[in-house]
Amino acid sequence: MMLARVAKDKAAGGIMFTLTLLSMVLVVVMGVGLYLKSAPVLAEYSLGDLLLSSSWKPMRGEFGFLPFVMGTIWVTVIAIAMAVPVSLLTAIYLTEYARPAIRKYVFPALDILAALPSVIYGVWGTLLIVPFISERLAPRFVEFSTGYTMLAGGIVLGVMILPLLVSLFIELITSVPGELREASISLGATRWQTTKKVVVRNVFPGLMAAVVLAVSRALGETIAVLMVCGNLPEIPRSIFDACYPIPALIANNYGEMLSLPRYEAALMFAALLLFIVVLLFNLISRVILYRIEKTFF
Amino acid sequence: MKLKFAEEKFFKILMIGATMTVLAFVVSIIYSILSKGWGAMSWDMIFKLPGGGFYIGKEGGFLNAIAGSLYIVGASAALGLLVSIPVVFYLNIYLKRRSRLAYVARIAYDVLFGIPSIVYGAFGFTIMIYFGLKTSLLGGIIVITLLIIPIFIRSMDEVARQLPREIIDASYSLGATRLETIRVALRQIAPGIATATLLSVGRAIGDAAGVMFTAGYTDSIPTSLSQPAATLPLAVFFQLSSPIKEVQDRAYAAALVLTIIVLLLSILGRYITNRFSKHKLK
Repeated sequence: MMLARVAKDKAAGGIMFTLTLLSMVLVVVMGVGLYLKSAPVLAEYSLGDLLLSSSWKPMRGEFGFLPFVMGTIWVTVIAIAMAVPVSLLTAIYLTEYARPAIRKYVFPALDILAALPSVIYGVWGTLLIVPFISERLAPRFVEFSTGYTMLAGGIVLGVMILPLLVSLFIELITSVPGELREASISLGATRWQTTKKVVVRNVFPGLMAAVVLAVSRALGETIAVLMVCGNLPEIPRSIFDACYPIPALIANNYGEMLSLPRYEAALMFAALLLFIVVLLFNLISRVILYRIEKTFF
Repeated sequence: MKLKFAEEKFFKILMIGATMTVLAFVVSIIYSILSKGWGAMSWDMIFKLPGGGFYIGKEGGFLNAIAGSLYIVGASAALGLLVSIPVVFYLNIYLKRRSRLAYVARIAYDVLFGIPSIVYGAFGFTIMIYFGLKTSLLGGIIVITLLIIPIFIRSMDEVARQLPREIIDASYSLGATRLETIRVALRQIAPGIATATLLSVGRAIGDAAGVMFTAGYTDSIPTSLSQPAATLPLAVFFQLSSPIKEVQDRAYAAALVLTIIVLLLSILGRYITNRFSKHKLK
């Protein structure tokens, strides 16, 4: 009887270990799978050609990813530049200043923002942001803009990463021990001085890691950005130009590429590129965040 | 001297402004989806399949997409739970707190969680080609299962990590094995697991990029795993790109249905945590 229990315990442990290992290995399998699929295009063109050429003519076998890389980078930069200050200020307000009653209203709102699917953000973008840019904002700076622009992509993406950033920031800020704040206040510092010089300074590496994590989320966002950014395979010259980020490229061309093996390999290369960048960004930021968690708890 | 008080005021106003901005975005998104979607909404939309000429504005609804989404997410959630629950308990009960494997595993799941769904879609598509599958319900289920497992594990692990060490020790001290201790632990974190499940399902049902090439799109409700399946996010996406106003309106109606489903899951999730935590030791 005793033995049966122990044997059951061991057997269950074995099964659980296998499941754990298998699900972890998915990362590796994914990387290898995407690499094998993109191998034909990697064998034929050098990495430099693929990434630095801007001529995208898949039917003629020219695969220059530069417009897409630039589109991705710019949209992400706009999103981060807008989202980081807003979410940092919001997080500080909610943790250091706001009364519990205020938190009770803001937290569910953030939950809603986090729960909404990306296609909903896309619909919202086409309903509000795109017309706003083409009718109000763009005419002041350029002659004509459809509104389906890099800026629209950046704004929609910025709003999408707000809840992630706010929740990461709040977690970091609350991990700073209260004694540090009290010590600072008792020396005559104002609340903002305490926040700036004690709280934020203490978790600064963590804040950076959180931003990196948000960047990696922004890089892979597909549908919402695809719906508002115009999708023209040219290097954008201003924020009122259309752009074409990598995820949108993959999503838009999947159906038609099957007939051309090299085209498929090129799109798989795009997915591989995205995979590697996101993987690295995630690894770096998670390791930093785990370190911080250890020092405070 | 008084500069620091001026600074304090300035930043406080800035912070309140930032918080208001966030709230304004939430209100604006919900309002625009509600107001646009409500006008196009009718019972036909929810309970009818697309009729002939649906995509040029004739009658019908998007029941196909609602059913497809529910099929895919239901099956994926069931399969995903089969994998994730054992993994979560393995990490938290079988492995020691400072286990190297647990650390590496958590980072691996974090990374998997961070990988964009379009990459899951592309990867899932290569698997399907490898096994000779066409775009189908099965393909969608495979990709969404892969996508949902890290979300499940990550959110449940967060809950399981808050298990009081004392409870586990008490169970061991009574002679229970680790497997038996899981039963004790389960009682503690069951509401948390339910909440994590609902929130993760909410994320999976709204995912469009993953099912785009794997589940395909069709006007009928799939009756077998090898038939393609429509999904709600794609119904929104495709219909919105139509130039015809009636079809676009249906995209808004579909967006409203999707939003309501996701918000209901979210609210239900929070409700469970608040309501059913009586077994929980603080």
